[in-house]
Amino acid sequence: MNIIALVKQVPDTETRIKVQPGAKDIDREGVNFVLNPYDEFAVEESLKIKEAQGGNVVIMTMGAQQAEEAVRTALAMGADRAVRLDGDDFLNADNFATAKALVKAIQNEEYDLIFCGKQAVDDDGAQVGTLVAAMLDLPCVNQVVKLEVAGATLKATREIEGGSETIEVPTPCVITAHKGLNEPRYPSLPGIMKAKRKELKAVSSGDLGLSADEIGAAGSKTEVAGLSMPPERKAGQVFEGEPAEIVPKVVALLRDEAKVI
Amino acid sequence: MANVWVIAEVKEGSLKKVTLEMLSKGQELASKAGGALEGVLLGSGVEALAAEMGKYGASKVYVADDAALADYNGEAYANVLAKIIGENKPGIVLLGASINGKDLAPRLSAKLGAGLASDVTELDVEDGKLAVTRPIFAGKAFSKIVFKSDIQIATVRPNSCPLAEAAGAGEVVKVAAEIGDVKAKVINKELTGAGKIELTEADIIVSGGRGMKGPENYKLIEDMAAVLGAAVGASRASVDAGWRPHADQVGQTGKTVSPTLYVAVGISGAIQHLAGMSSSKCIVAVNKDPEAPIFKVADYGMVGDLFSIVPIMTEELKKATA
Repeated sequence: MNIIALVKQVPDTETRIKVQPGAKDIDREGVNFVLNPYDEFAVEESLKIKEAQGGNVVIMTMGAQQAEEAVRTALAMGADRAVRLDGDDFLNADNFATAKALVKAIQNEEYDLIFCGKQAVDDDGAQVGTLVAAMLDLPCVNQVVKLEVAGATLKATREIEGGSETIEVPTPCVITAHKGLNEPRYPSLPGIMKAKRKELKAVSSGDLGLSADEIGAAGSKTEVAGLSMPPERKAGQVFEGEPAEIVPKVVALLRDEAKVI
Repeated sequence: MANVWVIAEVKEGSLKKVTLEMLSKGQELASKAGGALEGVLLGSGVEALAAEMGKYGASKVYVADDAALADYNGEAYANVLAKIIGENKPGIVLLGASINGKDLAPRLSAKLGAGLASDVTELDVEDGKLAVTRPIFAGKAFSKIVFKSDIQIATVRPNSCPLAEAAGAGEVVKVAAEIGDVKAKVINKELTGAGKIELTEADIIVSGGRGMKGPENYKLIEDMAAVLGAAVGASRASVDAGWRPHADQVGQTGKTVSPTLYVAVGISGAIQHLAGMSSSKCIVAVNKDPEAPIFKVADYGMVGDLFSIVPIMTEELKKATA
């Protein structure tokens, strides 16, 4: 089974995010960038299927050259090669324009299955996988926590409110990975060495036959007007002492001051 | 003139609260956009719910009633909705930011070439166009989004808009359910948490972290939650330890929540956890470490052993809410 895994490089979840007032992007200085955690589940599942069934795993991303670090992580885990959509004209793409560009690159590949994380933990859009599927007219199952492959059919279990449901879906299709799907492997030292020699191809909008008005900010359906920081929470009251004394105080405050119970 | 459409979400035969919240906000958006507020109902035997949408200001409710729509199916719902949206061209389309709403919205975005903002918490109309604010990095920052497309779609996070009734006719307009070709089919459903309060929609959440010391001690959390009618949450540490299901995780690789009251028990307050719950109206923290970062965001903190504090707190809450 040939698999494409769509990935993104994002700030580590331990990062303290800073934004200058009115800025359209976060302060990137000193930020540690990693492979999006949900994409790790997508890459791991791709590799597990490849190991069981044979085939190739191709990593695909859209991003500046720096994003190659995240791609190399996926290659070091065991993916075969990678494609990076490269160029300033891809900048400031919303989820729609991102999906549209990825779709063009996907159409140059042979695939049975497309994986991606259920969302990137930077912009939290949770759209690209589904958009790619809909643009390619493929079925899509989101937030998958368990996957069984039976020939050309998949049984994908996804989280729903109050439980889970299992969906039978024919390939080719798009699966977005959720936490719980697997335990992503750590790249091994030989894996890291091998990854350095694996093909990582940069393709431009021109290579993909995308026109300027289809990509980046121009191809986007939405636009970021500005970023802001959440309001700071004021320091509250902290009580120390005998539980029998402090607990009734706090409960009374919840009822009479905060009025939340 | 841009009409505002609210796509209803039906659960166990009733409208979900977020549907009524979106209608409440939709009244203001429709009046600013100079259009009408209208609703859409998909399902089987759902027509009677149109009247309730009318009570929250919907002048018209498009109803696609078909046995095949009884349970949510992304492809079927998207096919039916894209057709009626394409024919009627509302300017603004709102869906709940639920698991199904977030599955459905990008399908509509792709089919209609319409811009989509996910998980919005504030909505307004500026110069006739929708302008929204949404948390990014799970709430570590906010992003204001404006639209370039004629049809503008947003998924709206529960608990973001206060309820407001308004007389609307709720006139039923029956539409054909053109379900089309469906490739992905649900073959099994397992409801483990039937009747459980959904974390992202809960008014009160009681969460336990690493300080709980083991899965057996979550009874303490569940008892307090039962007294408060609260949902139970967990930190990443307790989920990674296998004590709680991932569906309960609050934080950057879990759920972002904004309840009226959030009680954090034995949770130190790692930055990725704080991101997911800092927009709660009131935060109570119980932790043995007075230096724990959770106390920096808590309105009320109690330093001490949670195993003595929590049972007393449950008893006191029982008395206070009786």
